[in-house]
Amino acid sequence: MSTEVSTPEKASTPSSPPPDEGNGGESLVQRVVKMQAFQILLVLLVIVIVFSTLAPNNFANFGNARSIVLNASILAILGVGMTFVIVTSGIDLSIGSVMVFSGVIGAKAMIAVGGDSWGTAFVGIGVSLATGLAWGLFNGFLIAKAKVPPLIVTLGSLGMALGLAQIITKGVDIREVPQVMQDEIGYGNVVGQLPVLTVIAVVVVAIGIVVLHHTRFGRYTYAVGSNEESARRVGVKVDRHLIKVYALSGVLSGFAGVLFLAQFGTTAIAGQTQTNLNVIAAVVIGGTSLFGGVGTIFGTVVGLFIPAVLQNGFVIVGIQPFWQQVAVGAVLIAAVYVDQVRRASAARGGKSTRPSLRFGAKKSSPVEQGE
Amino acid sequence: MSTPEATGQPLLELRGINKSFGAVHVLHDVDFAVYPGQVTALVGDNGAGKSTLVKALAGIYPADSGEYLFEGKPVTVNGPKDSADLGIEVVYQDLALCDNLDIVENMFLGRELHRGSVLLDEPEMESKARETLASLSVRTVKSVRQSVASLSGGQRQTVAIAKAVLWNSKVVLLDEPTAALGVAQTRQVLDLVRRLADRGLGVVLISHNMVDVFEVADRITALFLGRVAADVPAKSVNHTQVVELITSGRSGEMGIAPATAAQSA
Repeated sequence: MSTEVSTPEKASTPSSPPPDEGNGGESLVQRVVKMQAFQILLVLLVIVIVFSTLAPNNFANFGNARSIVLNASILAILGVGMTFVIVTSGIDLSIGSVMVFSGVIGAKAMIAVGGDSWGTAFVGIGVSLATGLAWGLFNGFLIAKAKVPPLIVTLGSLGMALGLAQIITKGVDIREVPQVMQDEIGYGNVVGQLPVLTVIAVVVVAIGIVVLHHTRFGRYTYAVGSNEESARRVGVKVDRHLIKVYALSGVLSGFAGVLFLAQFGTTAIAGQTQTNLNVIAAVVIGGTSLFGGVGTIFGTVVGLFIPAVLQNGFVIVGIQPFWQQVAVGAVLIAAVYVDQVRRASAARGGKSTRPSLRFGAKKSSPVEQGE
Repeated sequence: MSTPEATGQPLLELRGINKSFGAVHVLHDVDFAVYPGQVTALVGDNGAGKSTLVKALAGIYPADSGEYLFEGKPVTVNGPKDSADLGIEVVYQDLALCDNLDIVENMFLGRELHRGSVLLDEPEMESKARETLASLSVRTVKSVRQSVASLSGGQRQTVAIAKAVLWNSKVVLLDEPTAALGVAQTRQVLDLVRRLADRGLGVVLISHNMVDVFEVADRITALFLGRVAADVPAKSVNHTQVVELITSGRSGEMGIAPATAAQSA
């Protein structure tokens, strides 16, 4: 029944941003209200309020909020990288597998070094980051230089990374993780009950926001996703930029892999098959357009919490938790629909109202004058 | 400087430019000059080599042979960055603006201003963009923070041209700036083109529209099948002559000798 409560809110979102022509003199408040990330935040608030009303004791308490946030922490780190990738109008399906592979290699390295010290832990972290970076560069190079569509490249590396992880471990999860890593990072708290993992995620998200919105790297990410050809004409090194963006996603996947080790003490080789889709769903729900050029990391974080809160809330309220998948699917479709409507109203002058999705292929130059 | 005959030193000069794409020889020994304070119209039929010449100027397709002089000095232009550094701004027919970025972001794309070494200086970029638009008497744009996707064709053209002014460009190349515009918007853009030249910039206008060409151009360079058919002051020719130059490469005494023209066909 709580799905029904949140439905009217979803349905009303498409009509709320009026297709205001010549939106001059628009205040900051108006601009924020029109942001999809803000609208989705309202949806989240409604969901939270509904569950809090239905289960004031079990849902709305610190311990439960803490567990929701903790569960979303690693996904948030992956979401930062995925937001950059999708803003370039690309896609990275390999994050879950790269996470597993990096975790496996990191764990192997720590076993090889031996011991339970911080030194061992740092070796593991460094190795995992480097492994993730290598996969990201592999993806980026094939996408930018070999011009293989991102969907295919990362589908390929998804299989390769997972397969190699299984070959290396012979299909058996590694469960030897330095105790210090599990105690201090996985279960550690900063000031009282604030999980270390969450603090790390918040830092990564904050850096991601600054880089995406306030640096040249971020600006070029939007430019490449918006119009690759015009970015190239003003001197943006588009290929190199794409490689960097996929490398970033790889590094963050590697980082997520080692944090997962710290949290659960196992490589969980079979446990990440849905991770890529969950993260992509969160990014899209948060208002980042699959067509590229539009999106925020803040939106991605909000987009992560909708599935997380629904899952948690359904269990507490006593609804079959399988409803979560149904609800998240509906929110996802609604979010993309809102994006479509907004793009159609933003493009004046009778352009096609249905831009074709193109992350399957790198955009060809829009007009190569036939002269 | 404003008299059409006044040559003086060209801001930008190409001498004997050749460019081939595989077996197709697109530009044959093309000479082309742009003078400060003048609008040079580059005319020619489809396939005459106008766009290729512009891309050679911009460094997108570096020429196979020939000289490239800027302010009298030979220079090498091998990429868009090189031409931008010289002060050459190209406004392409498709405008090549990023739809999802706003006006300020587009005007500064590739040359962002920084506060410190990492963070972008948004307030400074915004005020400079606003100043530039005001200095060009652009009043149709309401907010410099609106996305380019929400602008009309004329406004988009204006933003693309304002970008050239913002960067103190010395030469501006406009590829068919009025092709997709209505009457009033064409008027605005042509006024803007004239204003650029009056500021002392060298302006190159590529157009199929003879009315536009005769309205703003000081010089006319006609291309025919990759060769320069004529390079003349606009006042010394009439509409019919230019159309003849475009379509047959010759008009009376002007133009390419028939033998040469036949060779390139």
